[in-house]
Amino acid sequence: MTESTYRVQGATGEWEVVIGLEVHAQVTSQAKLFSGAATAFGAEPNTQVSLVDAAMPGMLPVPNRECIRQAVRTGMAIDAKINKWSRFDRKNYFYADLPQGYQISQLYHPLVGEGEIEISLDDKNPDAATKVIGIERIHVEQDAGKLMHDQHPTRSYVDLNRSGVALMEIVSKPDMRSPAEAGAYLAKLRTILRYVGSCDGNMDQGSMRADVNVSVRRPGEEFGTRTETKNVNSVRFVMAVVEHEASRQVDVLEAGGKVVQETRLYDPDKNETRSMRSKEDAHDYRYFPDPDLLPLELDDAFLEACRQSLPELPDAKRRRYEGDLGLSAYNAATLTADADTARWFEALLSEAARIQKKSEGEVAKASANWLLSELYGALNRLGKSLEDSPVGPEEGAELLALVADGTISGTIAKQVFEIMLETGERAPKIVEEKGLKQTSDTGAIEAVVADVLVRNGDKVEQYRAGKEALFGFFVGQTMKAMQGKANPQVVNELVKKALAA
Amino acid sequence: MTNLTDLTVAEIRDGFRAGDFSAREVAEGFNANVAAAKALNAFIVETPEKALEAADAADKAKAAGETLGALAGVPIGMKDLFCTQGVQTTAASHMLEGFVPTYESTVSAKLWAAGAGMLGKLNLDQFAMGSSNETSYFGNVISPWRRKDGGNAALAPGGSSGGSSSAISARLCPAATGTDTGGSIRQPAAFTGISGIKPTYGRCSRWGVVAFASSLDQAGPMARTVRDNAILLETMSGFDPKDSTSLDLAVPQWEAGLSSDLKGKKVGIPKEYRPDGLNEEISAMWDRGIAWLKDAGAEVVDVSLPHTKYALATYYIIAPAEASSNLARYDGVRYGQRDLPDGAGLQDMYAATRAAGFGPEVKRRIMIGTYVLSAGFYDAYYTQAQKVRALISRDFELAFEKCDLLLTPTAPSAAFALGEKQADPLAMYLNDVFTVPASLAGLPAMAVPGGLDSAGLPIGLQIIGKALDEQTVLNASLALEERAGFNARPDKWW
Repeated sequence: MTESTYRVQGATGEWEVVIGLEVHAQVTSQAKLFSGAATAFGAEPNTQVSLVDAAMPGMLPVPNRECIRQAVRTGMAIDAKINKWSRFDRKNYFYADLPQGYQISQLYHPLVGEGEIEISLDDKNPDAATKVIGIERIHVEQDAGKLMHDQHPTRSYVDLNRSGVALMEIVSKPDMRSPAEAGAYLAKLRTILRYVGSCDGNMDQGSMRADVNVSVRRPGEEFGTRTETKNVNSVRFVMAVVEHEASRQVDVLEAGGKVVQETRLYDPDKNETRSMRSKEDAHDYRYFPDPDLLPLELDDAFLEACRQSLPELPDAKRRRYEGDLGLSAYNAATLTADADTARWFEALLSEAARIQKKSEGEVAKASANWLLSELYGALNRLGKSLEDSPVGPEEGAELLALVADGTISGTIAKQVFEIMLETGERAPKIVEEKGLKQTSDTGAIEAVVADVLVRNGDKVEQYRAGKEALFGFFVGQTMKAMQGKANPQVVNELVKKALAA
Repeated sequence: MTNLTDLTVAEIRDGFRAGDFSAREVAEGFNANVAAAKALNAFIVETPEKALEAADAADKAKAAGETLGALAGVPIGMKDLFCTQGVQTTAASHMLEGFVPTYESTVSAKLWAAGAGMLGKLNLDQFAMGSSNETSYFGNVISPWRRKDGGNAALAPGGSSGGSSSAISARLCPAATGTDTGGSIRQPAAFTGISGIKPTYGRCSRWGVVAFASSLDQAGPMARTVRDNAILLETMSGFDPKDSTSLDLAVPQWEAGLSSDLKGKKVGIPKEYRPDGLNEEISAMWDRGIAWLKDAGAEVVDVSLPHTKYALATYYIIAPAEASSNLARYDGVRYGQRDLPDGAGLQDMYAATRAAGFGPEVKRRIMIGTYVLSAGFYDAYYTQAQKVRALISRDFELAFEKCDLLLTPTAPSAAFALGEKQADPLAMYLNDVFTVPASLAGLPAMAVPGGLDSAGLPIGLQIIGKALDEQTVLNASLALEERAGFNARPDKWW
């Protein structure tokens, strides 16, 4: 592990920042944690609410197996201890968005125990420092509803659509020491959740949000008093909170004050945090085991099924891309940074290998390069994402195969790709119809080369006199004369041969 | 002609099937009794039309030769703790006054599906908290019984299922539902000379029953005979996927299994249930009960339940703790009572709503529960109570290594007069001393009448059985019932 050297420079010397994150991740599931109600995002207010979610008299919670399964899979993905016996507790407090008057959570016996996540401060740089961040626990709990204050001049409205939605609370250890580490941790966690499929990771929709615990201390000393900034909803904001909160605390301490343990809120518009409530008026949540629910007991078959259903995870995938597929560290990191890209790439790879009757390793580099430069370039230009790419992995693989077997040159491939994007036609058809097949007919190429040399006698002289840079000119002229359809390798060889003659 | 309202559930069921009378005649008879018994205040809402509707459906089904439900032709009372679709459900509170559920509790739905009809929603102690039915927002329920001392003191029908007990003993309904958290079926049954069974925790679904203390609440039937209880319990029981604590077990045929022959059964007599100063008449009744069970062929053994003395204290920590949380949903935001003083904020609305919506006993228990769960007190009270609860369960397990069932008194006294114990909540809580231990252990327990005391009031006996062994509980109760020959009924004064 590499020690972070990030320090806040105060007037009285250096301060070290200590950060822990509690991330709330909405479990991907059709139904809520304890009711059958749906969980669609953006639905009309109060249309995704069952009698249980509204806490009508006599209603009872029944755990949703799928939510538990997703949380267990998430735990497995971070190498965590899965507790075969866990229990739900009630966290009691009154608020208008909390129909039951308590949130069902897990304080005393969480579903998932200690685990870890490895982060890299620069994912695309193979030499960048990596660090292991400890995970304290993951527990599952209900989300609350939402108050809407902007619907009426004097009243607040309540939307219970989110009430009862399953959340995983993923609690890290206070292992991070810089804004960059906090950002890298959150990004990596999101990548893992998306790979596992247990959370969509859409922070802008509130599917994932972080409570940021920050304290400062003199390097090597005991932990200082921390503050908790609630509901931060982007990687960038988390980094900003750490930076802002650390320097605020340093200012307080250096002015002779004390950091107050309190809950704070982040205001992205002003980029500052402000106090929400202090420890003194913190709630007494009166946690106790929920008597409506039996302890959650998981058997080995269930755990095994969870384990079997785990996909290859980002770290393993990146190592495989580098090792088995021979991709550069940069490309491997880029392709594995999110699950959708990796899925797209692997579909492309398998299709390319199938068409070309080669191993995936043999087609990997060309596939990666095409995806990251040609396809990404085009998507950027069109303002589209991989998800809505007009060209799919199969079509891409067909195009790559045409290049690989020498049917078209790389240059022509770019033209063909443009036509594919515009028309939606497939590569073989375009090449066929537009007569773009390149020629490897040495006789035909030789004739053109000879003609080029004759028409550029002066340059031939210069070349032979030592101006070797002109080689490319002859190749270019030949290609141009053949409208790009000549096999460039053959052209190279024949030009070389003709000039040497 | 027989007075149809004097018939038991079994007699109504069989007579209706035999064509001795129509279901409509039965429903009309009970509707008339209900309408004429306002003085008892047993019902919060009367639903004569529901009773007639079910009766007509039963008559029609019978005429058409269709298969009849187990309770076809039988009208019953429904404790107003069960949510009933389209019919106001209040838990006897101002908080839920006017609340009309859009859903039907699992237990009541099963009863209606079996052909039973609803005579009305029965009064109870508010949120089932009380032992005398004096905490209802809708007024006290009056027992139909009176002391034979020439006085006219209105007596408590017991609680919390006091509307059920009063109505059954006054022949306003042949049977009713009850719920039992610490004795709320058994104590009122004992006070009014009827029987009632609290089955093993998890037998009856709690879905749609207004919650008091989730780990203790259990529905059960109340009726005049053991057989009637067996009939109703069969219909009310069964696994419900909507209740996580519901038992996923087949429902035994308890009625078919009824037998008062107790040969080979060992009856345990727990010595801790005979404290110094136990009411002599209660003690004598207990001795008679022992003799009756011996007569039925059982062997009697002495057993010890050493942690019994902690049961009441344990109960009055756990039940209020759960209640304080269960009742948090009554906040004025979504349904029921809302008090919103001018210019009030959210906190003010909560305070005003809950101050007006809850009665004093409910508030007392919410405060006790909040206190025992609060930081700094949790371990000393709640955690400790859970440990003692486990010891109490263990007491029963050990005792049941030596015997098959236990015989005890149901309540420490016969019915007391309304108002008599209201000033002292602790004296009131003592009423549950014999019923609470079985609740804490989740065991099936039944109250049966044994006879009348010197004041002419019913006193009862309690059978406690092993978990899931309702059959033995019913059978032993039947043996007592046969030997007690209890056929006293209150003189009609209402």
